[in-house]
Amino acid sequence: MLTAVIALSALALFSSFLLAVVARAFAVPVNPKIEEVEGALPGANCGGCGLPGCSELARRIAEGKADVDACPVGGESVALKLAAIMGKAFEGGAVRKIALVLCNGNDQVAEKRFHYNGVRDCTSAAMLFGGDKACLYGCLGLGTCVGICPFQAMRMLPNGLPAVDPAKCTACGKCVAACPKKIIKLVPIDKRVHILCSSHDKGAKVRKICEVGCIACTKCVKEAPEGAITMHDNLAVVSYDFDIPDAVAACCPMNTIHVRALDGAIERLEEAASVSGGAL
Amino acid sequence: MKTLILIIVSAVFVNNFVLSRFLGICPFLGVSKRIKTAAGMSAAVIFVMTMASAATWLFYEYILVPFNLVYLQTVTFILVIAALVQVVETVLLKKSPTLYRALGIYLPLITTNCAVLGVAVLNIQKEYNLVETTVFGFGAAVGFGFAMMIFSGIRERMELCDTPVPLRGTAIGLVTAGLLSLAFMGFTGLVKQ
Repeated sequence: MLTAVIALSALALFSSFLLAVVARAFAVPVNPKIEEVEGALPGANCGGCGLPGCSELARRIAEGKADVDACPVGGESVALKLAAIMGKAFEGGAVRKIALVLCNGNDQVAEKRFHYNGVRDCTSAAMLFGGDKACLYGCLGLGTCVGICPFQAMRMLPNGLPAVDPAKCTACGKCVAACPKKIIKLVPIDKRVHILCSSHDKGAKVRKICEVGCIACTKCVKEAPEGAITMHDNLAVVSYDFDIPDAVAACCPMNTIHVRALDGAIERLEEAASVSGGAL
Repeated sequence: MKTLILIIVSAVFVNNFVLSRFLGICPFLGVSKRIKTAAGMSAAVIFVMTMASAATWLFYEYILVPFNLVYLQTVTFILVIAALVQVVETVLLKKSPTLYRALGIYLPLITTNCAVLGVAVLNIQKEYNLVETTVFGFGAAVGFGFAMMIFSGIRERMELCDTPVPLRGTAIGLVTAGLLSLAFMGFTGLVKQ
């Protein structure tokens, strides 16, 4: 008994001594700022900055390899804190961004080509002839973006399209990357006029398959201030550098242009979707 | 040479640590969701098991046996392996940051893993010499990695399948592990024990 106790204690003592010596001999000096920066970051480890986690970003920022506003989730407040830690100038004033799904072709207004019966996932559905929607650019409505959102900021509306909760969305960009149709964009939250279509099809084809798609009539381009709306391969695209008057939306013959304050509560979108059962 | 090859084949296929001996199930289920993490874990296990085999064998032969402390084998092996992995981790951080970043997060996870301890105890039971011990440790770890890679590959694909709700997650993982284990039973008799 006694030998066992002594032997084990000796072994434990010896290993701890060895560990202490090794820790001293092979100590790696760590930049104390890394810890400070990491403390100021949100700690969501969402990967929105493009790095594996907050600690990796903290290391980069502390070493000066990344900007203080590199964290899309933290936004201005975190950037200001980090600027103070790093002793860098940061003015702020950048507008918060939020994800927006650029398709309004819900099940009532957009045609389907076939009945998709596979895995309930947009990426899988898109692999099968580009999905069941007749429009190759349309939202497949299976909620891959909803599932991937690390902040539970997305929800499927009753009409089969996803909606973003502005209170929770941090513009981390996960949904933007996950969408197989690439129709989710990060847009400034203070802009009100949006073109909810991503179709590059010709007008005649869009008319046949979707009631709310852009038919490339270019009316809005003429109505809006110079350069605010431009045509890109049969699709009118809003440039969010401009402030477009609400009235422009009225000129759209397909109701593709929407006037919507993005910071409104998600419940309102949900209600509207269930009442009208169709386009918002 | 022939014995060494037989030891490797036996450790990788016939007596696969995970699928035939059911050692190291924890990391097998825990870090097998993605091939990338599984590969990192496997590399760390190969590294630690090879090293721990040799270290515990030396410890057993030159300390436990001369001092008549053989009955303390299991407890002391845990201590020796844990201390060894800690030391190696510290040294790696200083000397080879690249290797540290590749293995770093997995090393502390497997310090007291049963597969690592199991290989150390088995070496003594089978009365291997130092070279055989090291080779067996390496082979067992390669077998672990082999099972890990197959399993994580299956699990990655299974993510996209329409699994019945009650079976989702660990449940279907365990079913798959069982089937995989059955498949490995097919190797029985490949090497005469």
